[in-house]
Amino acid sequence: MALDSKVPQGPIKDKWTDYKNKINLVNPANKRHIDVIVVGTGLAGGSASATLAELGYNVKAFAYQDSPRRAHSIAAQGGINAAKNYQGDGDSTYRLFYDTVKGGDYRSREANVYRLAEVSANIIDQCVAQGVPFARDYGGLLDNRSFGGVLVSRTFYAKGQTGQQLLLGAYSAMNRQIARGKIEMFNRHEMLDVVIVDGKARGIIARNLVTGEIERHSAHAVVIASGGYGNVYFLSTNAMGSNVTAGWKVHKKGAYFANPCYTQIHPTCIPRSGDYQSKLTLMSESLRNDGRIWVPKHLKDVESIRSGKLKPTQLKEEDRDYYLERRYPAFGNLVPRDVASRAAKERCDAGYGVNATGEAVYLDFAASFVRYGTEQAKIQGISNPSEAKIKELGQEIVRAKYGNLFQMYEKIVDENPYETPMMIYPAVHYTMGGVWVDYNLMTTIPGCYAIGEANFSDHGANRLGASALMQGLADGYFVLPYTIGDYLADDIRTGKISTDTPEFEAAEKEVKERIDFFVNNKGTHSVDYYHKKLGKIMWDKCGMSRNAEGLKSAIEEISALRKDFWENVNVPGTDKEYNEQLAKAGRVADFLELGELFAKDALVREESAGGHFREEHQTPEGEAKRLKEFQFVSAWEYKGEPKDAVLHKEELAYENIEVKERSYK
Amino acid sequence: MNLTLKIWRQKDANSKGQMTDYKVSEISEHMSFLEMMDVLNEQIINKGEEPVAFDHDCREGICGMCSMYINGEAHGPDRGVTTCQLHMRMFKDGDTITIEPWKAAAFPVVKDLVVDRSAFDRIQHAGGYISVNTSGNTQDANSIPIAKEAADTAMDAATCIGCGACVATCKNSSAMLFVGAKVSQYALLPQGQVEAADRVKNMVAQMDLEGFGNCTNTGACEVECPKGISLDNIARMNRELMKASI
Repeated sequence: MALDSKVPQGPIKDKWTDYKNKINLVNPANKRHIDVIVVGTGLAGGSASATLAELGYNVKAFAYQDSPRRAHSIAAQGGINAAKNYQGDGDSTYRLFYDTVKGGDYRSREANVYRLAEVSANIIDQCVAQGVPFARDYGGLLDNRSFGGVLVSRTFYAKGQTGQQLLLGAYSAMNRQIARGKIEMFNRHEMLDVVIVDGKARGIIARNLVTGEIERHSAHAVVIASGGYGNVYFLSTNAMGSNVTAGWKVHKKGAYFANPCYTQIHPTCIPRSGDYQSKLTLMSESLRNDGRIWVPKHLKDVESIRSGKLKPTQLKEEDRDYYLERRYPAFGNLVPRDVASRAAKERCDAGYGVNATGEAVYLDFAASFVRYGTEQAKIQGISNPSEAKIKELGQEIVRAKYGNLFQMYEKIVDENPYETPMMIYPAVHYTMGGVWVDYNLMTTIPGCYAIGEANFSDHGANRLGASALMQGLADGYFVLPYTIGDYLADDIRTGKISTDTPEFEAAEKEVKERIDFFVNNKGTHSVDYYHKKLGKIMWDKCGMSRNAEGLKSAIEEISALRKDFWENVNVPGTDKEYNEQLAKAGRVADFLELGELFAKDALVREESAGGHFREEHQTPEGEAKRLKEFQFVSAWEYKGEPKDAVLHKEELAYENIEVKERSYK
Repeated sequence: MNLTLKIWRQKDANSKGQMTDYKVSEISEHMSFLEMMDVLNEQIINKGEEPVAFDHDCREGICGMCSMYINGEAHGPDRGVTTCQLHMRMFKDGDTITIEPWKAAAFPVVKDLVVDRSAFDRIQHAGGYISVNTSGNTQDANSIPIAKEAADTAMDAATCIGCGACVATCKNSSAMLFVGAKVSQYALLPQGQVEAADRVKNMVAQMDLEGFGNCTNTGACEVECPKGISLDNIARMNRELMKASI
């Protein structure tokens, strides 16, 4: 099948408006007869469910958690971008579009990104109307902060809990529709397959995670909003339950999977402390507004710090290497995430890591305490303030901005970040790759959509900070509700989709057989044993830097591990009960397939772009070297084993932005 | 360190449960409490038995899934943390640790340490929203200035993660801190004013219907709340309810 991105004709700034003027609409009386399934209730799925229900469709929403409010969007900390230009610092729709395409290393689809920038301002209006308590200044207007890879302040925030507040906003909109009966909510349910009838997505097979019951659910369209697949690495900033299963199931039924190798390794996470570690914790990128990143300049000081003979606060300014400020004077500590992560790895690989594992750098707020403290002393009319007073005043400001993050750090690391610099190291955070979608957010299966992190479209090879929340809500509130209507306009006379058909029967049988296998296979190793092994292969060979030799061996190792898994996995308990190990076995089985495709995709992409860094392709200064001949989206078609997947290319054209070397110097 | 764990095991909602003893060894003080539980479960699975079921997801203190009653305290002995943020450095070698699920009539046990908190969702369905369509055709976000203090206080209330520690801690199993926080968030913002009276009445009515107890001003909920939600929110809810009723 040839890939058609269905991008409308016309100038980029008119595409979305013209598109909306020409699509088919469904009249309100007919919407009542149309059902839509939404899998996942994070920012994308929650907002889509609420809006579709408001429009009049019957929505069935599914979450594996016990409440839609707990989806992992809730953990996003720093903020959400919008081209409001409230600060009057030169922001515009075009600039947000430009920054996002450049930040994504010229590997995203222009038309989708422009639309995203265009609707971004509406998101803020919408959220304020919903009662989202964004941070405000003393005049009562909305406050902004700055994020990596941009030169304006366009990020709106609610302390370090922006994702939580936006999700609670979407959840509140869902609650209103649940109360009206327009959303039927299925908590503690997991989608285990999509059902295709006459070539169209017409339902799903789901498992009730409490009773173990396998259920058939039909609809006129199915929306996948199940988030990213960072947990293929075992250790990531994702929630423990985050998984690729919904996206992978639609892939196996015909949806192409795009750019699996584009992974975001976030530069500021709490370093790992031991083998027992179950997850990694993010420290918001917003901290880079006020924190300076450094390692000692001399190896002898590194030794003294590691052995505890020297405290970081005792090291003189001239003995510190603020390596981001040194290498990238224009953007300094606010370079994009891929650049900051690689720079940290470079210093640590060279032996400058500051903790026992050698995998940590400092994020230091001392300069901000002085800067804010001096300003506060002036405002409060304190003449000749002492150093201690300045520090105290400055710390109060920092506490107001990032208090919850500092508290979180202290609870985990057992060190007070007000007194000693934080230690940070990169960790897997977000996946730019995902299910391939066209301009309508439809996958290559008619009637099956993918939104939010689950799709691939807007972030190219690297996502800028505070853009994930923007994309999730843009897709759910403002894009999908239009595009899905255009498709559903053909379904006004279809009537209820029966679940009593051979297609549902066959899909259910397949799901049940797999579950039966797991509970009856009396193997020798736990599910986590395999997940950890997979994670280690992925991190070592498909991590922050990759090479052909490592990727080839990753493919072989993952394939062998998958074979071992299907022979020797041990799942305790039965299928007719709450059984977390059983749920997890299914997710890890899918990760074991995705991981191999991931490595294959990384091997084929013989260039460096954004989060995908191939050691063979770098400039003499060690920067990523992008190649013109790889200016395409890799969309993989399922053909059985991951090694047999077929590559389809969507060529990317840049008509509104000049493709340049991506420099932050 | 080596520990003895006394854990509540219950097959499902209809079965009777009991405390069961387990031993774990070589626990590092840097582990989180849930990582210690992972070690225990791996040990149980490798013996061919069924692991202990417990709710958890984000493991960074924000999703509100984790919910253990540890040594008689919701989320254990530390303050301002959820169970997933509690670290083993709070315990010492040789300790015996008692682990139970949230105990409240409105939160029935699903299995072992997993409880059903859907009552919280139903209270939100009753009024935990502002009736505005998500069309995006609202007024500009800066058209109504909101005093910083009001916005900050609303944010402090909105920071509630809905874990239910307040209910589990309260001797009356009251949900007033949870409902008070939600009512307060909207009551403090101009956007929430239009429906304020109906909202508080409907949410309180649903809270009572779910079987939560009343507040007797003990204040244990505030102490155990991992997000430091203030008792002021209960007072504000009572004022709002009073205003709505006269």
